[in-house]
Parts: sequence; C-alpha cells; structure tokens
Amino acid sequence: MSTLALLLSQFVDALSQSALLFFLGVGLTLIFGLMRIVNFAHGALYMLGAFVGYSLGTWSGNYWLALAGAPLLVGLFGTAFEFSILRRLYRRDAHAFLMVTFGLALVVGEAVRLTWGSDALKVAAPPVLSGVVFLLDEPFPVYRLFLAATGIVVAVAIWQFLERSRLGLLIRATSQNADMANALGVDIKLIRSCVFGIGCGLAALGGVLAAPLVTASNGMAATVIIDAFVIVIIGGMGSFLGSLIGALLIGFVQVFGNYYAPDFALAFMYLVMLAVLVVRPGGLLGKEA
Amino acid sequence: MLRIEGMNTHYGASHVLQGVDLDMPQGRISAVLGRNGVGKTTMVKTIMGLVVQSGGRVHVGSTDITGWPPHRVAREGVAYVPEGRLIFPDLTVIENIQVGERKAGSAWPLARLLELFPSLRERAANRGSQLSGGEQQMLAIARALVSDPKVMLLDEPSQGLAPLVVRELARVIRLLREEGVTILLVEQNMKLAEAVADELHIMVKGRMVYRATPAVFRAEEETIRPRFLTV
Repeated sequence: MSTLALLLSQFVDALSQSALLFFLGVGLTLIFGLMRIVNFAHGALYMLGAFVGYSLGTWSGNYWLALAGAPLLVGLFGTAFEFSILRRLYRRDAHAFLMVTFGLALVVGEAVRLTWGSDALKVAAPPVLSGVVFLLDEPFPVYRLFLAATGIVVAVAIWQFLERSRLGLLIRATSQNADMANALGVDIKLIRSCVFGIGCGLAALGGVLAAPLVTASNGMAATVIIDAFVIVIIGGMGSFLGSLIGALLIGFVQVFGNYYAPDFALAFMYLVMLAVLVVRPGGLLGKEA
Repeated sequence: MLRIEGMNTHYGASHVLQGVDLDMPQGRISAVLGRNGVGKTTMVKTIMGLVVQSGGRVHVGSTDITGWPPHRVAREGVAYVPEGRLIFPDLTVIENIQVGERKAGSAWPLARLLELFPSLRERAANRGSQLSGGEQQMLAIARALVSDPKVMLLDEPSQGLAPLVVRELARVIRLLREEGVTILLVEQNMKLAEAVADELHIMVKGRMVYRATPAVFRAEEETIRPRFLTV
C-alpha cells in the first residue's frame, strides 16, 4: 500500500471513528448545556440503541428501519424518563442526578442482559454497505465511508436545527438563561424533555451504527462512556461545536495512535485532554475558559 | 388590569412580602419605590411566577394567575424586563427578540420594534453580549414588547444607564402608556419614576405603606423621603 493510500485510508477511518464518538458526545453536551446534568446513563443508552436496532433489523429484515427506529424508540424512552423522574429533581443538587442516571445505567444494563442475553450479537450491515471500494487502488470498507458520511450529515443537520429552527432557538435561549426564557413564555419543561430525548436518541444512533463494527454486547456501554466524557471535557461542557471538535480530535488520535504507537494509544487520548485542560480549563469552547 | 391582593412570599424562614396590595388600572403607570432589600424585585418575580408565593392572589384582568408557572403568566399577557436586563448573551439582537415572539398579528412586530429602537436595527446581527448597557435595556424592552403584552413589569430599568439614555427610556415608557400598555415600574431613580408614573407607591419591609400621585408626592416629599426612602 502506498503511503498516500495508507494515509487516506487512515483519514477516512478516523472520520468514521469520530462520527461514532460525535453521536455520543453531542447528546451528552446538549443535555448538560440545557439541564446542567451529567447523564451517566449515556453509554447504556448507546448500548440499548445497538440491541433495539438488532431486534428491529432481525424482525423486519430492514437495516434502514432499524437505523431510524432504534434512535426514535430510545429517544422516546429518554423523554419518558425525563418526564417521569428527572423532572422531579431540578430543584435538588447535582448529586441527585448523578445517582439517578447512574441507577438508570444499571437498570438498562440489566434489562438488556435479561432481554437479549449475555452473548455478543452479530449485526450485519446491509448488502449495499457490506463491500469494499477502492481508494487509490486500495480496498476500503464501504461501511466506514458510510459512517463518516453519516457523521457529516448528522453534524450539519444538528447545527442547522439549532441555528435555524424555532425549537433550536428556544433550546439555545434556555441553555443561556432558563428562568428568563421561561419568563418570556417558553415552556422550559417541554424543552428539557425534548432535549433529553434528542440526546438519548443520538446516543442510540451511535449504538446502532457501531453494532456492525463491534457487535452488540453488554460491554459496549463501559467502553464508550469514558470516551464520551473526554470529548465533552475537551470541547467544553455544553458546546455543540466543542463536541464536534472533541470527537474529531479523539477519533484521529485513536486511529493514528493505534497504528503508529499502539502501546501508547490510550495514553494519547488522556494527554490531549490534559493539554487542553492546562491551556483552557473550561475546554476548547467552554464558558469557563 | 393587574390586581395583587395580600401577596406573601417567603425565602426560607425570611418573610419578604408581608401582604402586598396593588391595583393597577389599564393603561396607567404605577411606580414602586423603596430602599434596597424591601422586597420590590421579589414582588415582580412573584407576579411572574419565578418565586412561589405563600399567600394572596394575583389577577390579570379577570383571570386569576396565582401560582401559574412563568411561561403561562407570560402567555396571559404579562411581560418582564428584569433587573440587570438578562439578555441572552450568545443570541443576536434579532434572535433575542424572536424568543419572545408568540403570535402573528402582534401590535409590536419586529419591524415596528426596530423603528422604535433605531440603535437595535443598526446592531441587529450583533450578539447580546456585544451591546452597551443602554442598548441592552432597549433590547430587553423590545423582547418583552414583541409578545404584545397587556402588562409590563419593569424592574430597575434605569440602573447603570447614562442620563441621556434614561431620557430615551422615559420617552419609550410614555409611548407605551399611550399605546394602552399597563406598566409596573420598580425604580430607585426617583426622577424617572416621578417623570413617567401616574401613581407612586412606596414599599417598606414587604408592605406598601404610601400611595400618591407624583404631584402630591412632590408636595409631601420633605417628610416622606427621610421617613421611607433615604438610608
């Protein structure tokens, strides 16, 4: 493989990895920005997305239905959870949210084990995404390209939603001053429910997209939740653009680190976070920076 | 238009509002004066539903809004211009106003607001944090007006503003009265309150203790001011 082909292959690979990380990080940061809570169940909801996607795909035989349905169902579950439980806690301190979302992670983890069992489930990509394409005469998995493209499309869609839509405007206003938005007629309880659901749905989207690469397994939640926190800390808690930059940084560090210095790949991720925190303690685009 | 009867509010064990009564006819400006910490801002926040009241009733027209959440109070026609303006710092001028927009056919559409506040038109694309104090105050009023309110609550609108800007503020407040908006003005700036209000009220330790027209107040000022207003 030529050096250029190798670099191109790694570049697309890093973009696809960044896309998966972005789906996790952006949901986490949107929820934190609006509600000032750290959702410890985010990894579990990513895992739930993979399993729900597996069942939808198996039942319908249609990957695209699974891809659209799993985020929708998990998003609705997140909205119902916010509506029924989290909403009662907003006047309490942050510890209550940590306990409750950590509890949700345990409950979801156990429910997945009881429903789908403890074995990893193989999820096949649809035939149209299963082959390889040749980039500079070298084969490259179509599914990785699809992930990278999906990441770009979703990032642009979220950005446009936040910047151009009425709901996006109200989300940004509520993130900046919830009481003032409320006094201007914005139903902030409804906004919180929507955003928690959107965040959970995005995590599930990450899970259902990751499943053909890594299988749907009980261990999925634990492996990604740390990455998601690192992304959000690097980008700045509550910043959409920050989560995008954080996901790109960590995606590239993971892929290139694994190839060129596999023994230190994990350390690189934390070194990047450390460097960012030393220079900008609030994260790259965080308010406290 | 706005009627408060026996409003009581607590912050923990502290009994801040101790039976506030206020009746504001439509299209009138009522100013509430008082020393720092007597409960003026708490009264405004309680009307808006931002602070939970422990007793009394609040009516807008014939509707009892007691205990309503802030967004429902706002949708009933009460607009709030808070102390310190609380502009959304990362939203543009236009976006700040759009947050308060609710219905088509408002008496105060965006185009009219930008005519009323020419400085905002010039800075339409700027973020809230980039505006001067005076511009932020005008934006806070525009953001409240766009909802086409029946009642406006203005909490210390002249705070920190240059005299020239305060004069502009007085012009806008008078214009709003001419348009039939009922205004509750909480102020430390006596000159502004006297210049625009139809009725002056003084609050002491969570109770209304004095009510008069500006003309009567001026006649009694030498006795009233040291008794209720100066520290």
